[in-house]
Amino acid sequence: MSGLKTNNAVIRWIEYRLPIFSFIDHAVGSGYPTPRNLNYWWNFGSLAGLALVIMIMTGIMLAMQYTAHVAFAFDSVERIMRDVNSGWLIRYIHTNGGAFFFIVVYIHIFRGLYYGSYKAPRELLWILGVAILLLMMATAFMGYVLPWGQMSFWAATVITNLFSAIPLVGESIVTWLWGGFAVGNPTLNRFYALHYLLPFVIVGAVVLHIWALHRFGSSNPLGIEANGPQDKIPFHPYYTAKDAFGVGVFLLLFAGIVFFAPNLFGEPDNYIPANPLSTPAHIVPEWYFLPYYAILRAIPDKLLGVIAMFGSILILFVLPWIDRSPVRSAKFRPIYKQFFWIFLADCIVLGYIGAKPPEGIFLIIGRLATAYYFLHFFIVFVLSYVEPRRPLPNSIGEAVLKGGGAPSAAVAREKA
Amino acid sequence: MKNLTAAALAAVVAIGAGQAVAAEGAALPKYDWSFSGVFGQFDRAELQRGLQVYREVCSACHGLQYVAFRNLEALGYSEDEIKEMSAEYSVADGPNDEGDMFERPGRASDYFPSPFPNAKAAAAANNGAAPPDLSLMAKARPGGPDYVRGLLLGYEDPPAGFEALEGLNYNIYFPGNQIAMAAPLFDEAVEYTDGTEATAEQMATDLASFLMWTAEPYLEKRHSMGVKVILFLLVFTGILYAAKRKVWSDLH
Repeated sequence: MSGLKTNNAVIRWIEYRLPIFSFIDHAVGSGYPTPRNLNYWWNFGSLAGLALVIMIMTGIMLAMQYTAHVAFAFDSVERIMRDVNSGWLIRYIHTNGGAFFFIVVYIHIFRGLYYGSYKAPRELLWILGVAILLLMMATAFMGYVLPWGQMSFWAATVITNLFSAIPLVGESIVTWLWGGFAVGNPTLNRFYALHYLLPFVIVGAVVLHIWALHRFGSSNPLGIEANGPQDKIPFHPYYTAKDAFGVGVFLLLFAGIVFFAPNLFGEPDNYIPANPLSTPAHIVPEWYFLPYYAILRAIPDKLLGVIAMFGSILILFVLPWIDRSPVRSAKFRPIYKQFFWIFLADCIVLGYIGAKPPEGIFLIIGRLATAYYFLHFFIVFVLSYVEPRRPLPNSIGEAVLKGGGAPSAAVAREKA
Repeated sequence: MKNLTAAALAAVVAIGAGQAVAAEGAALPKYDWSFSGVFGQFDRAELQRGLQVYREVCSACHGLQYVAFRNLEALGYSEDEIKEMSAEYSVADGPNDEGDMFERPGRASDYFPSPFPNAKAAAAANNGAAPPDLSLMAKARPGGPDYVRGLLLGYEDPPAGFEALEGLNYNIYFPGNQIAMAAPLFDEAVEYTDGTEATAEQMATDLASFLMWTAEPYLEKRHSMGVKVILFLLVFTGILYAAKRKVWSDLH
């Protein structure tokens, strides 16, 4: 994988002065050696990148038509839906794109949890990923406020009010966030400014994420490091082809929702203009926030609830040091594997509870599920010391090619 | 003992269900709309009848502020018909050269004028509850068009012992069961220009369909474009899968 070989004089001329072609080749081309055994769960990284690009492109188009003012925001969105050429399509892609972005990223995260992708030496790669999740949540929340419907307004009110739980300075912080003494025009304006800014901060974090990824390369389903050419294949054409197929499947599902159920993820109340004098019967966040909402409401004390809610994500930052098992993949950790599935089920239960009113049986289940969420990390900590492990294969090539790992055509292609 | 437990359980469930009905309204009957489903499209005659119901009944109290007369072309009206229809409305315009606001006949580019100058005036004239604008109603309530249709047909005599508040009406589908709007539709409330028999059910269905169009005017384009996009993606994804298989064939 030496320097770029090309017969194109223009490319050679540019490459000599600005080696951008070899840079791309080393990033996502034939110059990036990748473990040969990545399964389809590894598609979700590139899909998340695609979702980000779709969101930014449609978002910029919407920004050209949207008016960030409490008196005009709702009307301007309706104008986009009715009078702007293909405005309905752009907006439905953008609103549902947010939901799909979260679906893809959550699968990406749970893949990392299952295969232990967060372990040394990829801790920083994982931490950057968690930071991206936090940025996405902030961006999505502020984007949800922009149409200025009933749910927009009341979600903004409820979420910003969480900061009032901070002792002593809470109330002042909330006033500062609002830019006034209630959610109003200054709030909408700054949310719009930040909703436009944060996606580009995400792009920056993604660049760092990919940079850190390329330091040691992708992890893989076996969780052992790829050694030598029989373990690796060039990213292009193998994974470009595999990712492209994944993109096709993703777009099929995405188009199915955009064209045939565009309001499936939305709340009907958000088609009612914001009214500070009328509180909706149930204030429900977007589905991707429901588990955190359940954790928040499970705890009777407001401050502790807010701490638990943020803690549920912040704990992921230190996961590489909680899980001390040297074995990465759950394939070779029979007990951890069981607890992984229980944890996933627990998160889904939390999501279900988040959509229900916090009373009766829902409150009890919500509290148990919240307790288990945090207990899981303690279990993982203990498991890493006491769990019996299955023997690891010697190399990826040996495991995948079943006896031998003879240099294949892929290696020949690399050398060519 | 077992029976007793079962009976107690059933009672709890029944009470729970009863409370749920009171809070959220009864389960809506599902209607088979022409526009539902992947290939669903609007029924032009139905939309035109729905418009007639809106104009002759609902528009006395409810606005349609996001719909312009020019949009009615999608219902199958000609340019002249739209001009004629819009001219029947009086629209506030101005200020003129003297600085005064004035009334003039509506034009195709005007939006449906709202019956009240503002929400306060609407509430004052309607026992304190402002009639909501209907443009987005079919998307702004759980159940959508089924809710609109159900609500219009959901007026019944209250069950024994149910005391409706002063000026409120009993409706099985309205959350809380007490709605400020009196039953708006009764048989023959309008005389359909196309000769369809104007039963309350017919009018409720036509109107709900019309309001789905006002809420989602690009529904037909969305459906037809969606079918093409999905067909394209199916073929394209098939090709991508074949390409992936071909590329990877030398590895296995």
